[in-house]
Amino acid sequence: MPEIKMDIYIIGVGGQGIGLLSEVIIRAADYAGFPVRGTDTHGLAQRGGTVSSCVRIGSHAHSALIRTGCADMVIALEKNEALRGLNSHLRDGGTLIYYDTQWQPLLVRLKKECLLKSEDISSECQCRNILEYQIAPTKLSNPKMQNIALLASIAKHNKILGITPLHYELALNDLLEGNKLENNLSLFRSLIAAL
Amino acid sequence: MKRLGDFLISPHGSTEIVMGNTAIVRGMIESGVRVVTSYPGSPTPEIAAAITAISKDKNPLYFEFSTNEKVATEVAFGASINGHLSTVFFKSVGLNVAADTFVQLGHMEVIGGMVIVIGDDPGANSSQNEQDNRHYARLAYVPMLEPSTPTEAYTMFKKAAQLSIERYMPVILRMTTHVCHAKEKVTFSSWTPLPLNHSSRFNVDNGPYIPLTTKLVLPLKRRALEKLAQFAADADTSSLNTVINNNNPLYGIITMGAPFQSLQDVLEETALKPDILKLGIIHPLPKQLVADFLRQHKEVKIVEELDDFIEQQVKALAYDMDISTKIIGKQDYEDWLNEYTPEKVSTILQKTWPHLLADKKPRIPLFHWSPRPAQLCPGCGHRSAFHAIKQALDPNDITVADIGCHTLGIMEPYNMGQVLLCMGHSSGTAAGLSLFNNSRKVVAFLGDSTFFHAGLPGIINAVFNHHNFTLILLDNGTTAMTGHQSHPGVGYNVNGPTEKITIRRVLDGIGITNIREIDAYAQAQLTEAVKAALTEKGFKVIIAKHPCMLKAMRERNAAGKPLPPSVEITTDCNQNYTCVSAFACPTFQHNDDGSIIVHKDLCIGDGSCKQTCPTKAILHKRPKKEDNS
Repeated sequence: MPEIKMDIYIIGVGGQGIGLLSEVIIRAADYAGFPVRGTDTHGLAQRGGTVSSCVRIGSHAHSALIRTGCADMVIALEKNEALRGLNSHLRDGGTLIYYDTQWQPLLVRLKKECLLKSEDISSECQCRNILEYQIAPTKLSNPKMQNIALLASIAKHNKILGITPLHYELALNDLLEGNKLENNLSLFRSLIAAL
Repeated sequence: MKRLGDFLISPHGSTEIVMGNTAIVRGMIESGVRVVTSYPGSPTPEIAAAITAISKDKNPLYFEFSTNEKVATEVAFGASINGHLSTVFFKSVGLNVAADTFVQLGHMEVIGGMVIVIGDDPGANSSQNEQDNRHYARLAYVPMLEPSTPTEAYTMFKKAAQLSIERYMPVILRMTTHVCHAKEKVTFSSWTPLPLNHSSRFNVDNGPYIPLTTKLVLPLKRRALEKLAQFAADADTSSLNTVINNNNPLYGIITMGAPFQSLQDVLEETALKPDILKLGIIHPLPKQLVADFLRQHKEVKIVEELDDFIEQQVKALAYDMDISTKIIGKQDYEDWLNEYTPEKVSTILQKTWPHLLADKKPRIPLFHWSPRPAQLCPGCGHRSAFHAIKQALDPNDITVADIGCHTLGIMEPYNMGQVLLCMGHSSGTAAGLSLFNNSRKVVAFLGDSTFFHAGLPGIINAVFNHHNFTLILLDNGTTAMTGHQSHPGVGYNVNGPTEKITIRRVLDGIGITNIREIDAYAQAQLTEAVKAALTEKGFKVIIAKHPCMLKAMRERNAAGKPLPPSVEITTDCNQNYTCVSAFACPTFQHNDDGSIIVHKDLCIGDGSCKQTCPTKAILHKRPKKEDNS
């Protein structure tokens, strides 16, 4: 088994399914045979606040928390959260993958701050030699499945070396059942086939 | 699907990816715990979620959410002195509520064994302070263990239970937020279920259990101290404490819990690794072990989160034993604050031994990113209530917040709630604010679960002492903030249906006559009710009621029912922005051109926003056959 060292910081808004996405990646890493640990950091944020999660793959990881500025990859389920994760946790030269949807934060809604533009994220990424992947929103029957759309993109493009689509499917099988499993699996498979 | 409830009671050993809170439950089952009690509070609610995931007919644990932490502790204590191994768990500040009971436990012979699991919250991620509950262990002469990972949480729970059973003394397992929520692969042992012993083993000869008068209290205290001294002596050789020898005669570090894992991360970066004494037993201090560690090093740094609990004792120990090692504890106030994450530990070590680690310069961000605090959910009845209540208040009036989802009313744009202490404080604080105050009306808020938890004494006091303020009970029919647990008012507990203890009936029983009950969505009515109450003298109660819509939507989703259609903005919109700026449902968002959009991912089609628009430009097309179930 090759050594792997991959710290992934996942961020989004409470209600977007960060917990499931993070647990799928933890379990998929385990199925791929890697040592893995992680933690959710949510506080009160299940009520529409920022939710983040750390996934640490490799034997280098002791704490479940990733140090600020040290993540190899940031996965964001929303644009404003992408910028937050990019600044708080992503290392220079790392990878940013984000789902290009916008849930305006409170101060933007109250017109006390301006809307964030995708170009702002891109120019920061260029500046810091960060690989940026913007996932365009797909038509989904249920917006709660945006996390799976993002996961499919990660799996299809082999963004986490050594973890294959099969590993992600095994993880989904661990965590879901019935219709929910069927819907998520069929979306995952169809997106991998199409992307 | 891997079912939590299955592997938790599997007789076979297994290896599972679990969080610390879940790992503890397997520890309970293997240890033979029979009775578990709690009041919900972050970071511990997933312990309850794991227990209740086990099917009722196979669950070896009796579990209940008690009305508050004090009652929960008493139920667990009662079970233990009747011979059953018990566990009570709650969040950090829950121990304050339980304290009156808790401080007695060390004096008692808990013959069945009793483990108290506390979820401390360094960094105050979801609490009103970041209090260090290690002080309580010392205050009450109760031993305390502290794990640093889910695996340790599991093994240390079992150890705590074993020590408690052997010594008839309560033992605390102190968790912290990121030990509770950390996930890793944990290897569980096999489990042989023991037959349930139904005999009542309470016997006064095991006591005495009546700590009254000097004659009885002092011997009980002496026995508690003797037990603790024996525990300390055994702690010196316990495998719960570990020394990591990096052959460094110069530097040593004493640490524990989550900071130990952070330290390990930080030391990955340096070849100059100090030796580490990792304490698993936090109280009482293993004195000989610490003394030996001190003597082996020129300098010893104590890396402990929050207060200087270990530092004070280590320094006293060094003084008593004439040890000249340089002991470095907290160096400034920052060291007392916040979680000891890897970056925090890195900063602390740089301050202590600057040559040990490379200095990392913080990056200056190019763009500002907007904060995203927690907020009331789309459709939340509290939003409707706060929007309506605000119309009735003078800006000079005083609003008193309490704990619950409705605490979020303190935020912009509602600004409802200007002072907050703890669970159930609002009536007492409002009563005090109303004394010698004829110019400013006082309005207190309280949630339904907190009403039963700690709200009642303040309400009864308001009646008893004729106080003059308005209490608004924001009733969403659940303990929402911690994950929708039941409470005495909802008609069921974790074990099945119960008789509802309705808030209204309780208030009537107390003899309160000035009560108004209004659906929180009926904003105009609520505004009028608050206006009227504010003109009346004495203690007035308004119950603003609407079921938690997050809970309702989750239940709807689980049942496979579609959501009602989203609201729409019509051409009547003249962009006065009440919906987005004053009512501020997160569903309403701005377009670049100044128009308002309804975010379809967020809108639940509740329509509570419709009445807020002065030009009636919010259209809510309900389906023809509205399904209200």
